[in-house]
Amino acid sequence: MHLSSALRAATALSLIMVGAAQAETITIATVNNGDMIRMQGYTDDFTAKTGHEVEWVTLEENVLRQRVTTDITTKGGQFDIMTIGMYETPIWGANGWLVPLDDLSAEYDVDDILPAMRGGLSHDGTLYAAPFYGESSMVMYRTDLMEKAGLEMPDAPTWQFIREAAAAMDDPANDINGICLRGKAGWGEGGAFITVTGNSFGARWFDEEWNAQFDQPQWKAALDFYVSLMNDYGPEGYATNGFNENLSLFQQGKCGMWIDATVAASFVTNPNDSTVADHVGFALAPNAEGVEKRSNWLWAWALAIPAGTQKEEAAKAFIEWATSKDYIELVASKEGWANVPPGARTSLYETPEYQEVPFAKMTLDSINAADPTNPTVDPVPYVGIQFVAIPEFAGMATEVSQEFSAAYAGQQSVDEALAKAQAIATEVMEAAGYR
Amino acid sequence: MARAVTPRRKLINTGLAWAIGLLIFFPILWTILTSFKTEAQAIASPPLFLGFDWTLENYGVVMERSDYGRFLMNSIIIAGGSTILGLIVAVPAAWSMAFVPSRRTKDILLWMLSTKMLPAVGVLYPIYLLFIELGLLDSRAGLVIVMMLINLPIIVWMLYTYFREIPVEILEAARMDGATLKEEVLYILTPMAVPGIASTMLLNFILAWNEAFWTLNLTAVDAAPLTAFIASYSSPEGLFFAKLSAASTMAIAPILILGWFSQKQLVRGLTFGAVK
Amino acid sequence: MATKASRSAARLMMAPAVVLLLGWMLVPLIMTLWFSFRTYLPLRGGDQGWTGFDNYIRFVSSSAFWPAIQTTLLIVLGVLVITVCLGILLAILLDQPMWGQGVVRILVIAPFFVMPTVSALVWKNMFMDPVNGLLAHLWRFFGAEPVSWLSDASLQSIIMIVSWQWLPFATLILLTAIQSLDSEQLEAAEMDGAPVLKRFFYIILPHLSRAITIVILIQTIFLLAIFAEIFVTTGGAFGTRTLSYLIFQRVLESQNVGLGSAGGVYAIILANIVAIFLMRIVGKNLDT
Repeated sequence: MHLSSALRAATALSLIMVGAAQAETITIATVNNGDMIRMQGYTDDFTAKTGHEVEWVTLEENVLRQRVTTDITTKGGQFDIMTIGMYETPIWGANGWLVPLDDLSAEYDVDDILPAMRGGLSHDGTLYAAPFYGESSMVMYRTDLMEKAGLEMPDAPTWQFIREAAAAMDDPANDINGICLRGKAGWGEGGAFITVTGNSFGARWFDEEWNAQFDQPQWKAALDFYVSLMNDYGPEGYATNGFNENLSLFQQGKCGMWIDATVAASFVTNPNDSTVADHVGFALAPNAEGVEKRSNWLWAWALAIPAGTQKEEAAKAFIEWATSKDYIELVASKEGWANVPPGARTSLYETPEYQEVPFAKMTLDSINAADPTNPTVDPVPYVGIQFVAIPEFAGMATEVSQEFSAAYAGQQSVDEALAKAQAIATEVMEAAGYR
Repeated sequence: MARAVTPRRKLINTGLAWAIGLLIFFPILWTILTSFKTEAQAIASPPLFLGFDWTLENYGVVMERSDYGRFLMNSIIIAGGSTILGLIVAVPAAWSMAFVPSRRTKDILLWMLSTKMLPAVGVLYPIYLLFIELGLLDSRAGLVIVMMLINLPIIVWMLYTYFREIPVEILEAARMDGATLKEEVLYILTPMAVPGIASTMLLNFILAWNEAFWTLNLTAVDAAPLTAFIASYSSPEGLFFAKLSAASTMAIAPILILGWFSQKQLVRGLTFGAVK
Repeated sequence: MATKASRSAARLMMAPAVVLLLGWMLVPLIMTLWFSFRTYLPLRGGDQGWTGFDNYIRFVSSSAFWPAIQTTLLIVLGVLVITVCLGILLAILLDQPMWGQGVVRILVIAPFFVMPTVSALVWKNMFMDPVNGLLAHLWRFFGAEPVSWLSDASLQSIIMIVSWQWLPFATLILLTAIQSLDSEQLEAAEMDGAPVLKRFFYIILPHLSRAITIVILIQTIFLLAIFAEIFVTTGGAFGTRTLSYLIFQRVLESQNVGLGSAGGVYAIILANIVAIFLMRIVGKNLDT
C-alpha cells in the first residue's frame, strides 16, 4: 500500500517532469462565442495538468473564418489549433490539411462522441476535428405568452401552427413580436436558416446533376411563407438580425418564439442574462404539413490541428483536455450543469444531473433528428443540411443569402431574389466545373 | 486676426459651433459613457445618459480576457516603427524633390500616390505567400514594413509640400554670409523643417494605428495590435454593447489623447500644400 | 541652379523611396497578374493551370460587377460631396470669433482618430440598431417608426458613417486654408455691401479651390479602398458591395484566387482611370 502510493507519486512526479521538459506554447484560433471564452478562463487547468502554455487568438466569427482559411490554404502555420465547423472539416480533411485524430487516448473515449457529430467531422471515416460543442436547431417559445394565447405547443409543430401561434402572441403594443428568426445575410447566418426552411418545404439546393433548384416551386413556397410570416409578426429590421440580435431580443422578452441553435437554450434560461429565463419552452424545429424533413440543422464547433504544425503533441493534449468528459465536469462543478458545452458527448446526456436540465432532452432529440447524408426530400448529390459541403458553397451561399435579405427588406420581390439566386448558383457551378 | 464682431454674433457663433461640435463628438462620448454601464443599462429604454450606476466592471472583464498591454505595445511599435522608418526613407526623397525639382517630379509624386489605390484585398494572397516565404508572418518587423510602404506616398507628399515652403533665398543669403553646409542644415533648414516633420509623423502614426486590413490579416499573436483586440469583442453571443464600448474606448483612447495634445501641430500640418 | 552633381545626388536621395514603392507595387502586381490568368482554387488543390482570359470574362460578366462599380463610385462621390460641403461650412463657422474655439476644434477632429472598425461597430450597434440603437429610441420618442438603417437605407448609412470619419480631415484642411485668407479683403468686400453669398462665391470659394482639390485627391485614394466599414455593417448585402468588397468575396469567401485576381486587375484599372481623371481636373490646381 505504502509502497505503491509512493511509486505512484514518483510516477506522477516523473510525468510532470517529462511534461515540463517538453512544455510548449500553442497558439489557438477561436471564435468569440460564450463557451469558448469560458474555456479560455480555464486555460490554467490545462497548463497545470500538462505544462503547456496557450496563446489565444479570439476573433469574431467572420474574421476568424477569413484568417484560418487563408492560413490553412497557404500553409502559413500561424496556428496550432483552429476552431472550425462541420462545413470546413470534411473539405480540409480531404485535402490532407488536418492532422487525423485517430490516435486519441483510451480515456478520451472517442466512441462517446455523438454519432451525428462524429460523422459530420470525419472524412472517409477518419475524425479530423473534435467537437467542442454541437448543436441542432429547435423552437424556443415563451410558455407564459403561449398560455395567455390559449395555445399549446406540440413537441413537433408544423409551420402552419407556428404561424398561428405567432399571430396569437404578437403584441406590438407591449413590444412583443410573435416570432424572431434570422434574416441576416451570410451563409452561416440567414443563409443557414433559409436553407433548412427550404428543406422543410421539400426544396433543395441542387438536383443530382448539380442543377440549381431555386426556380422550383418548393423554394418559392418556403420563401413566400418566411417573408409573409416575418413581415406580419417579426421584429423591425429582421433582415439584419442574426443569431446574436435575436438572442438579445429574446432575452429582453421581445419575442414570442425563436427558432435557432439549441445552444441558445442555456443563454435564454440563464437568469443572469435573460429576463424571461423561467418561461421558456422547447419543441422540435417545424416542418411544412406533409413534408417529412424538419427544419433542424446540425453543426459543431470543433478543434482541429493543421497539418505541418511543430507542436502536434501539445495540440493533441489540448484537444483531449478541452473536449473531454473531465472538462465538462470541471465546468459543471464551477458553473452548473446548464452551462457545460452541449451536444458533443453521449455520456453527457446519460448524466442524471444533466437530464434534469430543461432543454437537454429536446437538444438531443433535435440532434438525432438531423441527418446530413440525407438532408432533403428529393435526393441530392451533396452532404450537409444547412450547407452543401463543397468548397464553393460559402461564397455562393453568402451571395444568395444577400439576395434573400434584400427581399426580406422589401428591396426586391421574392421572385426576383429567387431568379438572382438561381443565376448565382448556376454561374458558380459552371465556373467550378460541376456542369 | 480676430475680426471685430458684435457680442450677439459671437454668442450665436459660439452656440452653433458648440452644438455642431458636440453632435460630431457625440458617438465617441456615447461609447465612453456606455463603457461604464452594465450590459442591461447599456440597452435600457429610454437610454440612460448620466443617471446610471457607474461601474468599471467592463474594463475588468476586458483586462482579464485580453492581454491589453501586449496589443497596445504592438500598436505603438508598429505605428511608431513604420513612422520612423518612413521618415528615414521619405525625408531625403522629399528634400531632393523640393530643392532639386525636375520635370518629372510631379509625375513621380502622383505615381507614388496612385500606388495607394491598389485594393488591398486583391493582393492579400500574393502578400501572404510572400510573407510566408520571407518568414515575416505575425512579426512586428513585417508589419512595420507594410505600414511604412502603405503610408510612404502620403509622407513623401506632405514633406515635399513643407520643404517647398522653405524659401530658397534664405539659404542663398546664408551661403553669401559664408555659412558652411553643416551650419546651413543645422541652423537654418532643420528649425524650419521640424514642424512639418512633426505633423507628418503624427498623421502617419494615426493612419498606421487605425489600419485594420493588413494588421488583422498578417498577425496572430506576437504582432497583433489593437485592431485585432477589437475583433474579439465585436458581436459575440448575448449582450455586448458595454463590453464592446469598453474595448473600443481602450483601443482609441491612446490615439485620441495623443491627437488632442498635439492637435496644434496636426492642424498646422494638415495642409498638404493647400495653403500658399 | 541645380548642377549636374546635385541632380545626381538628388536622384540618389530619391532612390530608396522610389525603389521601395516600385517593389511594393510591382511584386504584388505581377503576382496578381500571374494568378489572374490561372485557375487558382486554394480549396481544390491550388494552382490548376492556365486559363487565358476566362477569369477576366467571368468577373465582368457576373451580375454583381456593374452594380459594384456603381456602388463604389456612389460611395466615393457621396462622401466627397458631403465632406467637402459640410467641411467648407464648418470651416467658415470655426473661423468666426467665438468662445472656446480650441475645445470645439478638439471635438470636431475627434472622429478622425477613431479606427474604422470601431466607428463602424459603434454606429452599427449603438446607433443604427433598429431595436436598441439610439436613433431608434429617438425615432420612437418622436412617435415615428424606427428605421432599419442598414437594410432600408444601407448605402446612405455607410456614406454617413464614412463621412463622419472623414469630415474632420476635410474641415481641418479647409480651415487652415480659410485662415490664410486675407481678412482685409473680406472686410473690404463687406464694407462695399457685397452680400454674404456673393462674398462666399467670389472670394472664399476661389481661395479654397486648392484646398478642396487636395481634400478630394487624398480622400478619393482612401475611399476607393474602403473595406472595414462594409465588412462590419452589412457584409456587402443590400446593395453595398463595392468593387473591393466583391474582390474580397471572390478571393476569400468563394476561395477563387484566380477570379479575384482578375477583379484586382480591374480594380487597378478603375483606380488608374479615377487617378487620371483626378489629375486632369485637379492636377492643374496642384501646379505650384
